[in-house]
Amino acid sequence: MDLITMDDLTNEEAISLLDDAERLLPIARGDAYLPLLKGKVLANLFFENSTRTRLSFETSMKRLGGEVLNLSEVGSSVKKGETLYDTMQMIDGYADVAVIRHPRQGAAQYAADAVQIPIMNAGDGAGNHPTQTLLDLFTIRQGQGKIDGLNVVMVGDLRYGRTAHSLSHALSRFGASLTLVSPEPLKMPSEIVRDLKSSGCHIEESEDLLPAISSADVVYMTRIQRERFPDEAEYEKVAGIYTLKAEDLRSVQSDMMIMHPLPRVNEIHPSIDATSHAWYFKQAFNGVPTRMALLCRSLGIDIPEAIV
Amino acid sequence: MSEMRRVSAICNGTVIDHIPSGSAVQVMRMLHIDGSHSNPISLVMNVPSSKVGSKDVLKIEDRELSQEELDRLALIAPSASIAIIRNYGVAEKRQIELGSELVNIARCSFFNCITQNPNEPLPHRLQVVSQDPLEIRCAYCGRAQSVGEIIESLI
Repeated sequence: MDLITMDDLTNEEAISLLDDAERLLPIARGDAYLPLLKGKVLANLFFENSTRTRLSFETSMKRLGGEVLNLSEVGSSVKKGETLYDTMQMIDGYADVAVIRHPRQGAAQYAADAVQIPIMNAGDGAGNHPTQTLLDLFTIRQGQGKIDGLNVVMVGDLRYGRTAHSLSHALSRFGASLTLVSPEPLKMPSEIVRDLKSSGCHIEESEDLLPAISSADVVYMTRIQRERFPDEAEYEKVAGIYTLKAEDLRSVQSDMMIMHPLPRVNEIHPSIDATSHAWYFKQAFNGVPTRMALLCRSLGIDIPEAIV
Repeated sequence: MSEMRRVSAICNGTVIDHIPSGSAVQVMRMLHIDGSHSNPISLVMNVPSSKVGSKDVLKIEDRELSQEELDRLALIAPSASIAIIRNYGVAEKRQIELGSELVNIARCSFFNCITQNPNEPLPHRLQVVSQDPLEIRCAYCGRAQSVGEIIESLI
């Protein structure tokens, strides 16, 4: 099984992965050890920087008894001009499953077409980031007890933010109402908004953050990504436009969750960290059980009903 | 035929009739007809047509276009009628069909698509997501492509 976009999973498959992840929690926390992936090798192919995604895939594999190969662009054959196709032929022979992050959009699908082993898309340019979406859904289910029919506000860089693209697609399939808050130059691409609407999702677009959050179940903040801007001046115009502070939360729902794929710059003030609304660090941890579940699924390994 | 024939009948080859008026040059581009071959080509543009008001017609002598070549035209001339001519008679009539995927017909026009690296060897694939309204997306990066962009990016 490849995971390139959320379209590769039905709602039922996504839910069953979340259930698997739930069962894997004791292993993810290090409270239990079960080498389900002993003898398997994961290739971590990061052609673009990553902290959480790369490390959480690595720890997921290691906690399940598997091994990890790490390729980073610096010093690799990629710098010498090797095509992605050729790199993938090599990896096909060295690993049982590969995770790829690449600055170019479509790279994960291209890699999947080039090889036999399962491919997980860990971000392709401004395209998709479905493994992040699964951990986001897992986190939302932890906080709200469900993922159906929620009122979700997505904030920040919705144009280049692949996390926002993948998550909004998934949430629309689960009947969410979405409020998209971004400055004009960073609005969600129109083809994505069209897709969301055609799947029956109620969408509102706004430039104002605070009025949008009062009735929200989830507020999903994203970083304005300097590296995606062709021009520094354009970045400066919108940098720091949305920041949430503890005093902004006076009239929000008591179980409202604030999430962020991290790293944050100044979107969420540290004064929020100690409140019950702060979910972003739990969210980062949740990358481990969900990626464990994905690795097992892609390698055809069943997860026992009870793990103690 | 009440209208005077503007180009004489051909003995053998392919006639593409009912091309949308003014599109014949794009049709030639899509078929890689660029004058580098020696077979005669006749092109008439903007002639009156009882069926569609005004049309272009292309006659290609001594070359029978394959179904695969003709299907390329689905993007700009989906309602064109095609006749394969042998010995001055219509030997076969063909329909143009827009398949579910355009393989190696045009590049994705998105500047940051993985297929923009000319050394990458896998085929260029554009998927026909919907025929009406026409919606075509790159099979790799998922970006929507307009017909104009596809014509600009023909391989």
